[in-house]
Amino acid sequence: MKNRFTAMPKPVKILIWVLLALFAYALPLLEPPIISTPGVDFGGVLFTVSIYCLVALGLNIVVGYAGLLDLGYVGFYAIGAYTVAILTSFHASWPLLLAIPVGVVAAMVSGIILGAPTLRVRGDYLAIVTLGFGEIIRLVAVNTEWLGDTRGIKNIAKPPGIGGEEGWFQIPHLFWGDGTVLLDSDDKTTFLFFGVLDQIPYYWMGLTAVIVVLIADILIKNSRVGRAWEATREDEDAAELMGVPTFKFKLLAFATGAFIGGLAGGLYASRQGFINPQSFLLLFSILYLAAVVVGGQGNRWGVLVGAFLVAYLPQRFRDFDDFRVLAFGVALVLLATLRPEGLFPPRRTVRAKHLEQELEELEEGAGGEESARV
Amino acid sequence: MNFEFFFNNLPELTITGLAFGAIYALIALGYTMVYGVLQLINFAHSEVFMYGTFAMLWTVMALGGREADGIKLIAIMIAALFAAMLVSALIALVLERVAYRPLIKRDAPRLIALISAIGASFVLAELMGLRDRIAGWLRLDDDLSEYVSGARINNSMAGVIEKPRWDVAGVSISSIDVLVIVAAVGMMVLLDQFVRRSRLGKGIRATAQDPETAALMGVNPTRTIQLTFLIGGLMAGIAAFLYMLKIETTRYDVGFLLGVKAFTAAVLGGIGNLRGALLGGLVLGVAENWGSAIFGTEWRDVIAFVLLVLILLVRPTGLLGESLGKARA
Amino acid sequence: MSEAVLEVQNLTLKFGGLTALDDVTFRIDEGEILGLIGPNGAGKTTCFNAVTGVYRPTSGGIVFQGSSIVGLKKHKITQQGIARTFQNIRLFPTMTALENVLVGADAQHATGMISALFRLPKHRREEQDGHDRAMDLLRFMGIDRKADELAANLSYGDQRRLEIARAMATNPKLICLDEPAAGFNPAEKVELMNLIRRVRDRGFTVLLIEHDMKLVMGVTDRIVVLEFGRKIAEGSPSEIRDNPAVIAAYLGVDEEDAS
Repeated sequence: MKNRFTAMPKPVKILIWVLLALFAYALPLLEPPIISTPGVDFGGVLFTVSIYCLVALGLNIVVGYAGLLDLGYVGFYAIGAYTVAILTSFHASWPLLLAIPVGVVAAMVSGIILGAPTLRVRGDYLAIVTLGFGEIIRLVAVNTEWLGDTRGIKNIAKPPGIGGEEGWFQIPHLFWGDGTVLLDSDDKTTFLFFGVLDQIPYYWMGLTAVIVVLIADILIKNSRVGRAWEATREDEDAAELMGVPTFKFKLLAFATGAFIGGLAGGLYASRQGFINPQSFLLLFSILYLAAVVVGGQGNRWGVLVGAFLVAYLPQRFRDFDDFRVLAFGVALVLLATLRPEGLFPPRRTVRAKHLEQELEELEEGAGGEESARV
Repeated sequence: MNFEFFFNNLPELTITGLAFGAIYALIALGYTMVYGVLQLINFAHSEVFMYGTFAMLWTVMALGGREADGIKLIAIMIAALFAAMLVSALIALVLERVAYRPLIKRDAPRLIALISAIGASFVLAELMGLRDRIAGWLRLDDDLSEYVSGARINNSMAGVIEKPRWDVAGVSISSIDVLVIVAAVGMMVLLDQFVRRSRLGKGIRATAQDPETAALMGVNPTRTIQLTFLIGGLMAGIAAFLYMLKIETTRYDVGFLLGVKAFTAAVLGGIGNLRGALLGGLVLGVAENWGSAIFGTEWRDVIAFVLLVLILLVRPTGLLGESLGKARA
Repeated sequence: MSEAVLEVQNLTLKFGGLTALDDVTFRIDEGEILGLIGPNGAGKTTCFNAVTGVYRPTSGGIVFQGSSIVGLKKHKITQQGIARTFQNIRLFPTMTALENVLVGADAQHATGMISALFRLPKHRREEQDGHDRAMDLLRFMGIDRKADELAANLSYGDQRRLEIARAMATNPKLICLDEPAAGFNPAEKVELMNLIRRVRDRGFTVLLIEHDMKLVMGVTDRIVVLEFGRKIAEGSPSEIRDNPAVIAAYLGVDEEDAS
């Protein structure tokens, strides 16, 4: 199936991607049975999934691409969230669209400040240092009145809508009855108003961020930067001897990861309207790591699946919620011991096949025996 | 900042700090020895310690420690010490078998081994945290309710033992602190001599230095690794016992913070170095206690983390250097 | 005499009490193939490591194209024009052959995050240039058909060839080959000798560490012999062949032992 997809002409491929994206946007309106979450607001769950996807994509750059084990990723998430909270509510009243870029830059700068000295230490030490960093950020938030200490920060700004509370138009949801599908005229989502009850606009915001980051991820990975990361991960000394300034690229990966983490934190704070240090426990760093490792580090699609599993399963199966840390702990051990590359390891076969074809056309029969191999 | 309090109470602060530091040092052994032999951060070692605290607590409760006194109380405490050591050692061995050996056999990258260790750590902690649910499924609620109830809240054995304080030249000293320091330092000296002089200890050092050559010389690597985990577990058990004597309460997640601090102690002293673990533990304990006197106790944990980051930046090989294999300390 | 590409001047390297290199001096001229030989543990690879910046010399100088490279970062040295291969192959196993070579080609590139993200002209130009150069080198090595195979999946010989291609991709002046024939059979060694000559003919200067005397004698212009970290002889292959000190050093050493 994958082969057939790559063989398609480019416009068709783009069309398929666009349709997939539209489907993703429409998902909370369709409320398909089985997938939708009984008893929990489906839009809200999807928003959480989108934030986990964002975080997993960011952490994947650090862990999956550059091979740096970061156990304090939640720290960057917290910095993004707290910056937004402080600027829009606690100490100023900036508009959200101005506060989020500042939060993202703050996270990135803290990533550079933390990374510049620590990325020189050995890889496994880095894990412990970042773990310490994540905890320091949280403990500072707990102990500092200026940051709202344990009580947290309320009234964080919502994103601006379009067309006021009525929006431009309203979209009815689907209602799945017994064997029939109806448009539910009582259940509508306003385009585009970020309120308290309807979570779907927040999901759209999160999904948009995921798509933008995903495209950026693809562009960066498929360039000198992406190659430098991978070479550094595989063999740092050899990479250095092949002219890769490994330290610079590790720092770049760290800063990029922090950037995305900060963005996710900012969006989260805005949806939540309220944050306190409990939202930034070490546990979350581990859950994010689980998302990346379970999905398959280095494979952005696998990582998205991992994020979906980590964020969605506990919501879909609420009874399972207490056991999710246990389950992901088991998953980490099992994956590490049995399948360290994750459920969806990065694949190259598609591109490999593609180039093989190209070469054959160029050389036409020059290597008959090898063309038989396809 | 409260320098007046700090200077007025300097001796007490130092002794309490040393007692904490001695416990960190005992836990740090588990990190330092495993790192020395396998170059692996034994992330789940904190849970080995945590299970020890529960073994201690439950033994004391099961044997009626609340009502006992005199000789009987001492006997119960000795039983609790052995229970803690046994349970911790068992957990350490299981950990080695399940989470590490498959990876060591495959010569997996260190990051993968660390991820496995993190997973194992969370599994162990959560199993303890969810023990009421698990006991419920096994229909053990009635028999074990006393031990099992309220899995996620503090479990306490407060008031079981009296802790006299001594007055020495105007300084009030807790007898438990003295016991903790003496016991921990004593164990460290014994262990140091064991690793230095015994045949098994020499095997550990040889494997730490050069696993392949050691294997060729007849040192069984798997057995050596097991022995390393066993010793780490036993020491964590002793640490758990002393910790419970001093702090008296435990939780399913008590390991995390102590684990990070013990690891800090190991790195501070020079990871892989036994004497370094003792020195690092004591320095960290005192620094933390002094620091929390000056900056306020709410910053206590931040001090340890900041210290960890600073050491790694300034002197990543630690105070005494890294050398489990080398003869010199 | 042509211009010196690399001058190693009184190079001394000590590890604790052990002297790995002791006052070693030699030079490589432009367009030359220089062999660096010696028994096991003579300090050949150590010498390589000092030249490529892995070890910092205890004393002495290393001058590359007229300027000292002592103390420069490894990647800077590579960017200035010294590339190397490794005695035990060190490719990037999860990357394709083409990507491995591209990493080498990237040494001369400057595309960063921003140009990659917005596909700026710099990115496009460098990507095209790197791709062309990489494919050209893979063709030169005869492994272009394996361009999109993972490096880990290549045969042993192809991995060795890929390492040379990757080193050449950094566009070096001087290319250092660390026992490129290790593990090759005689037929492959002959092929490799021709290849090394062709590498030189492409304008690279070659520094070659090799165990196999026959190969070294056949391909090099000049030879430097190390023993116990000291230079004991230097000269043309025929001079070296008859040098009594060299014969003494190699007495009892199995020449074919290429481990």
